[in-house]
Amino acid sequence: MMIKKKTLTVLLSAVVSSFMLVGCSSDSGEKSSASGEKEIQFMHLWPEGSSKKHYDVVNDIIADYEKENEGVKVDLEVLSNEQYKDKLRVLSTSKELPDVGLTWSAGFLEPYVGGNMFAPLDDVIESDLKDAFVPGTAEAYAIDDKTYGLPLELNIVSLYYNEKMFKDNNIEVPATYEELIEASKAFREKGIQPVALGNRDSWTGSMWYMYLADRIGGADTLNKAIDRSGSFEDPALVEAAKEVQNLVDNGVFVDGFNGLADEEAKSMFMSGQSPMYLIATWDLPNYTTNEDVPQEFRDSVKYMNFPTVKGQGDMSSFVGGPGVGLFVAEDSDVKEEAKDFAAYFVKEWGEKAVTEAGVIPATKVDAESLDLPQMYTDILNELNTASNITLFADVQMSPGVAQTHLDSIQALFGKEMTPEEFAKAHEDALSKQ
Amino acid sequence: MNKVMSNKLFIAFYIAPALLMITILIFIPLILSGYYGLMDWDGIGAKTFIGLENYIAGIQDKLFWNSALHSFLLAIFSTFSLAIYLLVSFILASKIKGSDFLRKIYLIPMLLSSVAIAQLWVKMYNPSNGMLNAFLNMIGIDNPPTWLANPSIVLYAIFIPILWQYAGFYILIYYAALKNIPESLIEAARIDGATPAQIALRIKLPLIKEVVSVTIVLAIVGSLKYFDLIYVMTAGGPNGASEVMASYMYKLAFSSYNFGYGSAIGFLLLVITLIVTFIIRKVTATKERIEY
Repeated sequence: MMIKKKTLTVLLSAVVSSFMLVGCSSDSGEKSSASGEKEIQFMHLWPEGSSKKHYDVVNDIIADYEKENEGVKVDLEVLSNEQYKDKLRVLSTSKELPDVGLTWSAGFLEPYVGGNMFAPLDDVIESDLKDAFVPGTAEAYAIDDKTYGLPLELNIVSLYYNEKMFKDNNIEVPATYEELIEASKAFREKGIQPVALGNRDSWTGSMWYMYLADRIGGADTLNKAIDRSGSFEDPALVEAAKEVQNLVDNGVFVDGFNGLADEEAKSMFMSGQSPMYLIATWDLPNYTTNEDVPQEFRDSVKYMNFPTVKGQGDMSSFVGGPGVGLFVAEDSDVKEEAKDFAAYFVKEWGEKAVTEAGVIPATKVDAESLDLPQMYTDILNELNTASNITLFADVQMSPGVAQTHLDSIQALFGKEMTPEEFAKAHEDALSKQ
Repeated sequence: MNKVMSNKLFIAFYIAPALLMITILIFIPLILSGYYGLMDWDGIGAKTFIGLENYIAGIQDKLFWNSALHSFLLAIFSTFSLAIYLLVSFILASKIKGSDFLRKIYLIPMLLSSVAIAQLWVKMYNPSNGMLNAFLNMIGIDNPPTWLANPSIVLYAIFIPILWQYAGFYILIYYAALKNIPESLIEAARIDGATPAQIALRIKLPLIKEVVSVTIVLAIVGSLKYFDLIYVMTAGGPNGASEVMASYMYKLAFSSYNFGYGSAIGFLLLVITLIVTFIIRKVTATKERIEY
């Protein structure tokens, strides 16, 4: 008996202590392996499932880079958009950012730059990428005259519509804002919900508000209100907020838009339930090259620039701006290699993104020499002749104010806030910061 | 073995791993979040000490109390729904045909992840393509509510899947407790002429009182810190109409980059939950121990 007890004790202790040991062992993330190979950690947000084309292009570029640069290995991590944002943030608090990753411009950058997390990339632009970018894109990643991101995408927002649905219902495609409302009423009469809008993700509603503000108040009014040289209580901006509610009152948007995610609204547009959808060029592949979308639908989708409002406004002024760009971590162990990789990536991306993924890169594109879908070429031309591109409001603003903006947009669309209260909420949030 | 187990050194040795885990994963973060609450911090850059400012702002924050109200509403609904679960358990435990099968069906939502449940219900609530409104249209209701978009309905629309999600869990607990009651007691009552209702209310219910009081605590505390389904289904919207304390905290810390204030709200959430738990334990405490 005695022996048995003792064995049991020893056994139990062994189990317990092995448990403790597991808890103690830490993985000391080796960055360079034994052979002296350098490893660049790279994190992006185009998972194979939802962004197959982007995903493949990235892998191609990495494979090419590794071939050309003996002894450098790129260690890849892929997350979807929202998870990516969360993880980036958590990694930054523990100072373990990947060597190269994706960031958004302007307001999103601020805390990271303030916390000294991102490396300035002016030297890379100066030596490798001079004049490569569309004017204004790299600048969106600049804070205090230093550039912290190399832009990859450039987006403009257009109103896409299903031409076939207009024809089938004998409704004219609207050319002005007033006609847009009339067409919507006509669709309502036929039991069709006119504009797909997923305002649970309120950046979608923000784009409508921004365009109305642009058409009514001109290109600068909103920008000035955000940078504090103007005010949200500017009559044009209050008027724009009123027009938003006018659209709501006329049943322009789908039922229950405030409870729908953008994905749900998108599926209403893509399944031919709703004839119109305001979205940026990142969705362009769905209407041109994406083989998973039925050809018939892709053929019937057309786009228009956001119309003039009461005859006012410049139709070649756009809402949009650079999407994601590359950053290099300030405390990276392989900073030089990381910068080199980032520059290489931007150059390769500029070509491959156009032909293979069908997105519009932030680098200049020579549309003539490439075989591109017609709609792509058209939008590229719009972009090249654009009189102005206003950066998405929620990107322009710092995160706290952006949250107020997005919440107020939802309230404005839901008519829980008057246009005046909407203006005041912005003024309060902006003056507090 | 007894000798070993009474050795203080060994007791300490065996407790240590669990204690270590709890300390690292729960107590230290708790203290840290209380500490971060004293800071003006965006979560990335430098921290500035601002004393109790965040906590004072939190106590005066209308949006926070609004979300707290929603959390308490959820707690009340969960508590009352316990009565329904109890009723179902009574029926299931009373040897009806197929009770085993039904019990398993009630448990299914427990096996699904919250995100899957949320997606499922988002699809059902879809104002144009959802099952629910399609049904309402079919029976002749022309303008069915836009469930998740209507600020005065959304909160209750979300409560339903939450209650549905946990039904199986509580039914399982009650069922097990009821099955534990010795048959002889029921037999005796029956011989004395008690009706089934009397047996349920006068014999069974008092016998599982302790279990009921535990489930009340579980339901209330679980409701107060509830997060996942709401976050996926509406993210607290529209315009805060379905915001609860935990989703508000998340929004502050991770969307507004106001980590200090978010931490303070998290700490207030902890304090509120502690106080409520303490009160319920006081109210539902039973003096006598029941032994069969």
